[in-house]
Amino acid sequence: MDNTDSVAVKEACARFDFDPKRLLDILWQVQDVNRCVDANALTDIAQATGLPRVSVDGVASFYHFYSSRPKGRFAIYLCDDIVDRQHGFNDLLAVLRDELGIAPGQITADGLFSVDLTPCIGLCDQPPGLLVNQYIAGSLTPAKLRRLLQDLKKDSHPGSSFTQGGEGQNGNSLIQTRLKNNIRRRGAILGSGQLTESGLQNASELSSFEILETLRASGLRGRGGAGYPVWQKLDTAFRQITADKVVICNADEGEPGTFKDRVLLTEQPDLVFEGMTIAARATGASQGILYLRAEYRYLEAWLEERLAQRRAEGLLGSHICGTEGFNFDIRIQRGAGAYICGEESALIRSCEGGRGEPTSRPPYPAIQGYKGLPTTVNNVETFCCIARIFEIGATAFARLGTPQSTGTKLFSVSGDCRKPGVYEFPFGLTVRELLNHCQADDAAAVVVGGPSGQIIGRNEFDRRLCFEDLATAGAFVVFNSTRNILEIVRAYIQFFVDESCGYCTPCRVGNVFLLERMDKIIAGKGETTDIDYLRQLADTIIETSRCGLGHTSPRPILSTLANFPLVYAALLKAPNAGSQPGFDIQKALDEARHLAHRGSTLYDRDYSGGVS
Amino acid sequence: MKKKKRLATASLAGCFGCHMSLLDMDERLLEVLEHVEFDRSPLMDFKGFRQRCDIGLIEGGCCNEDNVHVLRQFRENCDVLVAIGQCAIMGGLPVMRNAIMHADDPLRECLEEAYNESPRVLNPGNHIPNDPALPLLLDKVYTCSEVVHIDFQIPGCPPSGDTLYQVLMALATGKKPEFSYGMIKYD
Repeated sequence: MDNTDSVAVKEACARFDFDPKRLLDILWQVQDVNRCVDANALTDIAQATGLPRVSVDGVASFYHFYSSRPKGRFAIYLCDDIVDRQHGFNDLLAVLRDELGIAPGQITADGLFSVDLTPCIGLCDQPPGLLVNQYIAGSLTPAKLRRLLQDLKKDSHPGSSFTQGGEGQNGNSLIQTRLKNNIRRRGAILGSGQLTESGLQNASELSSFEILETLRASGLRGRGGAGYPVWQKLDTAFRQITADKVVICNADEGEPGTFKDRVLLTEQPDLVFEGMTIAARATGASQGILYLRAEYRYLEAWLEERLAQRRAEGLLGSHICGTEGFNFDIRIQRGAGAYICGEESALIRSCEGGRGEPTSRPPYPAIQGYKGLPTTVNNVETFCCIARIFEIGATAFARLGTPQSTGTKLFSVSGDCRKPGVYEFPFGLTVRELLNHCQADDAAAVVVGGPSGQIIGRNEFDRRLCFEDLATAGAFVVFNSTRNILEIVRAYIQFFVDESCGYCTPCRVGNVFLLERMDKIIAGKGETTDIDYLRQLADTIIETSRCGLGHTSPRPILSTLANFPLVYAALLKAPNAGSQPGFDIQKALDEARHLAHRGSTLYDRDYSGGVS
Repeated sequence: MKKKKRLATASLAGCFGCHMSLLDMDERLLEVLEHVEFDRSPLMDFKGFRQRCDIGLIEGGCCNEDNVHVLRQFRENCDVLVAIGQCAIMGGLPVMRNAIMHADDPLRECLEEAYNESPRVLNPGNHIPNDPALPLLLDKVYTCSEVVHIDFQIPGCPPSGDTLYQVLMALATGKKPEFSYGMIKYD
């Protein structure tokens, strides 16, 4: 390592006070300056922070966006989500190959560009998308990508056609994108126009008991997917007697097909922070963390500016809203590319500078979470709901939706429809209604809740989107009748294979076996016993995995086996005298024939035994 | 007298340990023989099937063409085919060579390692065995269930004599083999 690299490491460590709990931030700074975190950097960081080197290595190698080998000055990450793949991904790949002469995983000889693939970056409503350093772009065409690359080569800047002209706050000088919000329908969360801050004002005058009681009366359930009653989570944390407590907002929106949090953080960041502040008031927390996925890094400056503004207005910091003893502040923790960090215990570990591996429960985070303190983790949308409940009142909120699913829900609609984007509806509308709103004329399958949700077919379109029926964190990906269901399933299982943290065997190994068997079926070599195998293995993975990833990863297979049995049946072969169709003796012998310079006396019909 | 079930056994890419375990039934072998009679088996030295069999036991996976040939013959000639032991079910020790799968020419690399490059091999002529009588090796080791349909898999390295006794007695009386937890748990 030359000296300048070493200096970067020292600076990074010093900036975060050599604090091992801020390892993610240290690694980010080293990655940004040196374009990699190499072996020497790992040693230096370990020395500076007092961590064992193997721990630093463990963290650096866990996250997608830290690399041991140098990335280009412009590190391009092309989104290879299934929706992108169906909407121009291959054209972009061809342009990159053509203009830069490199394939994914490679770097140009001059070190200017590197190209990598990355899972869903939250732009399924405007595919195909990519990341370049801290910039993000969607709705790309080959021509736009060529111009982007030329601008980068010429001016070392993506150019105004790339960084300006975004819809709403996307065009803000602190955000610098050309993204669209695609808000198609507004309701209680998105619709109330200018934020009055009245929610926080109202809550600051209430006691913890009164806040919890209001939330209980509202019936609010977490919007991240599991639907746990929000007041209970807060109540548990509230009841802990500790020096301090923590409120964390989970903005690690990694479920493929979800992007509503992106829009909320762009257009309603104050509502999110307001909700967090009210939650802090309820539990007695003084520390807040917004865990922002690395893909949404482009929002960081904007969010920091909003936080600074709130501090200036007395809405964060000490004596919030003039209330004695109401102290709370929020810091942003940038993730580094790991779907599993959306799981709350993994997220907490990540905030503490560790590998994003889920921990065993109990203890639940509400009792012992971030740095051992009672911690409530909620979704971005949940915090928006909290803020609105104290604005419009619990009764008005509870009147929306269904008895078990009160309020409105933001749906991230994408795929084969004419109006993709964010739709806010009260819980309880049917899949068909939402399909009509987004103008999906030829919908054959819908992924509800992302890969960890369900893939449903036309027979299920009258089901209702709510916790009582089809629970969802918001992803709603439409596929038309020309799409290959099994390719979609395959892509999702591949996603889980890549994103498994590797801690427990059922998930780490089981998902690979699921993928192998899917490949066999897709190749036309499967038979009915393979379906039994898939079901059994899926049950084992669900039953024995440690966290939510393994509990849900087989769902793409299980739900399509239930809803699209004919798609599988059409590919299955009839058993042939007991042999497995997947085994090809001729192929298995090719290498040995070549090495031994002879044929097979058993399987080459005309071979008489001589050496050829 | 009731007609005895016919039993065939074979050892493919295994170590014959599972067959040794058959002998570990000790005197209960005589009891088993009241219900079954052996057809093709290393224990009898019949090289081919004399007639169709009710039960086939397979030890070992498939590492060469001859293993595949024998296994397919067993599938064609046996009503119930049982894979016994780790090699038959998962590949066992032989399957370790599948770990070289990322090489361009994994089989060549495996043979070079075994006959030339391994530090304790004395092979002055660098000769790799290639007698025409040797069956050709497969590109990798396959488990039995990758090549043919297998009806039951009995884990263990080897499965104990007690376990095999239960398997044979159950199949001989037309039942599904079942075991207590301890009999198929190996720590």
